[in-house]
Amino acid sequence: MSTPPAVHDPARRASPPLGGFKVALVRLEVRRLLRNRRTIVFTIVVPVLFFLLFGLNSAYASRAVGRGNVSAFIMISMALYGAVLATSSGGAMVSVERLAGWSRQLRITPLQPAAYIAIKMATSLVLGLAAVLAVYTAGILTHKPSMPAELWVATGAALWIGSLLFAAFGLFVGYLLPSENVMQVIGFALMLFSFGGGLFIPLSQFSHPLRVLATYTPLYGLNELVHYPLVQGAFDWTWTANLVAWLVIFTAGATWRFRKDTARI
Amino acid sequence: MTGVADRRGGAGRGAASPPAVDLMDVTKHFGAVEAVRGVNLRIEPGEVVAFLGPNGAGKTTTIDMVLGLTEPSAGDVEVYGSEPRDAVRKGLVSAVMQSGGLLKDLTVAETVAYTAHLFTDTRPPAEVLERAGITSIAGRLVGKCSGGEQQRLRFAMALLPDPDLLLLDEPTQGMDVEGRRSFWAAIRRDAQAGRTIVFATHYLEEADAYADRVVLMRKGEIVADGTASEVKALASGRTVRASLPDACEEALRAISGVDRVEIRGESILVHCTDSDAVARYLLTQTRARDLEITALGLEEAFLALTSAEPGQPLAGAGTGRATDHQTRSRSRTEPRSDIEPYSDHQARSDIEPRSDHQARSDHQARSHIEPRSDHQARSDIEPRSGDGSRAGRRDLRR
Ligand SMILES: Nc1ncnc2c1ncn2[C@@H]1O[C@H](COP(=O)(O)OP(=O)(O)OP(=O)(O)O)[C@@H](O)[C@H]1O
Ligand SMILES: [Mg+2]
Repeated sequence: MSTPPAVHDPARRASPPLGGFKVALVRLEVRRLLRNRRTIVFTIVVPVLFFLLFGLNSAYASRAVGRGNVSAFIMISMALYGAVLATSSGGAMVSVERLAGWSRQLRITPLQPAAYIAIKMATSLVLGLAAVLAVYTAGILTHKPSMPAELWVATGAALWIGSLLFAAFGLFVGYLLPSENVMQVIGFALMLFSFGGGLFIPLSQFSHPLRVLATYTPLYGLNELVHYPLVQGAFDWTWTANLVAWLVIFTAGATWRFRKDTARI
Repeated sequence: MTGVADRRGGAGRGAASPPAVDLMDVTKHFGAVEAVRGVNLRIEPGEVVAFLGPNGAGKTTTIDMVLGLTEPSAGDVEVYGSEPRDAVRKGLVSAVMQSGGLLKDLTVAETVAYTAHLFTDTRPPAEVLERAGITSIAGRLVGKCSGGEQQRLRFAMALLPDPDLLLLDEPTQGMDVEGRRSFWAAIRRDAQAGRTIVFATHYLEEADAYADRVVLMRKGEIVADGTASEVKALASGRTVRASLPDACEEALRAISGVDRVEIRGESILVHCTDSDAVARYLLTQTRARDLEITALGLEEAFLALTSAEPGQPLAGAGTGRATDHQTRSRSRTEPRSDIEPYSDHQARSDIEPRSDHQARSDHQARSHIEPRSDHQARSDIEPRSGDGSRAGRRDLRR
């Protein structure tokens, strides 16, 4: 046994920099996520499967869209689907952590609430990147999607960064619903948003009222934006408006619930 | 417990050293539930303090307020002279929580590593695992650990920041005998090194064996505050039973050392510390018969102390005295009282008028130990005494 520590001089102690944010913490969080098989299947395996099911039709490989083909278009959609699932799951982890009393435990450490959120965001992005890379790798291996090399990078980066919007969504839902079933809710909501955003079926196949409604759903703007480098053509500012509006809504919701949570008890 | 005075002598010297914990008229209610009611408590650096009290007494709520997890509804909490949140941010305070606070999908070692990353400066993770006795299960997922192992993990986490103040909420709950023993051995080493330790427990033996000071809570109030042996002395009263028709309650209450009198038809029950005096009185001055004297066990006595009705003084009359704000402001030179059982209802009669009458009559009855009535006391002294008087109270404990 080591000798017991001497009492500290309170003045000598300092709070950690960056509110306690550390890459090592993100690494531990990622390890936790990887341990959860359901999350992995949900966010990485399912989008790849969807791509393999819907994106490999030989007709798609021969039909051109903007600077590439339909297969590439579908690959981007599925990667976006995987990325937003990943980031919202990452955000929604707060729900389980609150239930376990971990958030409370963290509050008796120097970790700042904002740094905690930053760790969650970073963890979500790591999982999101894994989801994007998985779908794009499937694309490369199957040789069907085709677009210029820089577009692989541009679309991949755009949808990866854009998926951060759904980390805010996950945090919001995670704080709103204090239950272990939050993942089911997220999965269902994202399925709806994906249809609304035109990730699974082109919006042109919807009836007119449905199509108008769809343009107000949270994945619509992001989906159109990440496809833009491939599709080209006229740029519609409503896409950006949709993205910004939902970013404000999700961030405000998450902040509101988060404030309530830290003021709690 | 001479160690206390020695340590405090070192740490408490000079005005520059603030108390480890200072609760000032702290009240907390959750809706209609009054969890903590007007608690005043000052803990000096180096003290080892046990919180005792039945379920729902307000121990956890008090600890939460010291940790900054809960905001008091009224009153102030200071930890080393600053806001609880600031003290936490600096790693001055850490805690073992009563429940929760662990992630099932991290291993024991990862949990400790995670916590270590949250502080600027910690003890080595391997060391705290060793001290908590969980080195052998370091690779196990927390979700697969037993309750006692999880408790040891919480302890390991609390040791990491090398805190000056360690708060433990029922730390040995769920631990086996060996776990408990090694846990307390580790705590004792820490205490000797000068760490301030506050723990809540339901094990009277733990309070007895490890605490310099025992704070007894009941229904959100501190009902006794003294060394373990003092509380034991206070608690080890006796009950005198007898058959006595037409008993006069007032006369019985006037006997030295009587805390409580119950009259049930022809039988009377007198709780007291000086059973000889009661027996002598009953047998010589009254027609009492079938007299019976029973000693209270430690646990029964604890129950008696913590289940008495609010407003009823809990003095172990012989040596103790009910505290009020005035007793806390006695000068440094005055000899210490053995114990400070008190009911704030007496002192705060402006808030709780209904108990006032009873409290006063009690004080009159026990005038040999309580020469001053609360009303006099309150009329000439600030109820929220300043630092000088608080220091006075602390000195009583030396
Ligand atoms: N968040 C809350 N909301 C409502 N009431 C609460 C809350 N927390 C505590 N209470 C109530 O406050 C009172 C004091 O609770 P506390 O947990 O402090 O007791 P305790 O002394 O720690 O008890 P135990 O020995 O059972 O741990 C109880 O009556 C409890 O029901
Ligand atoms: Mg408790």
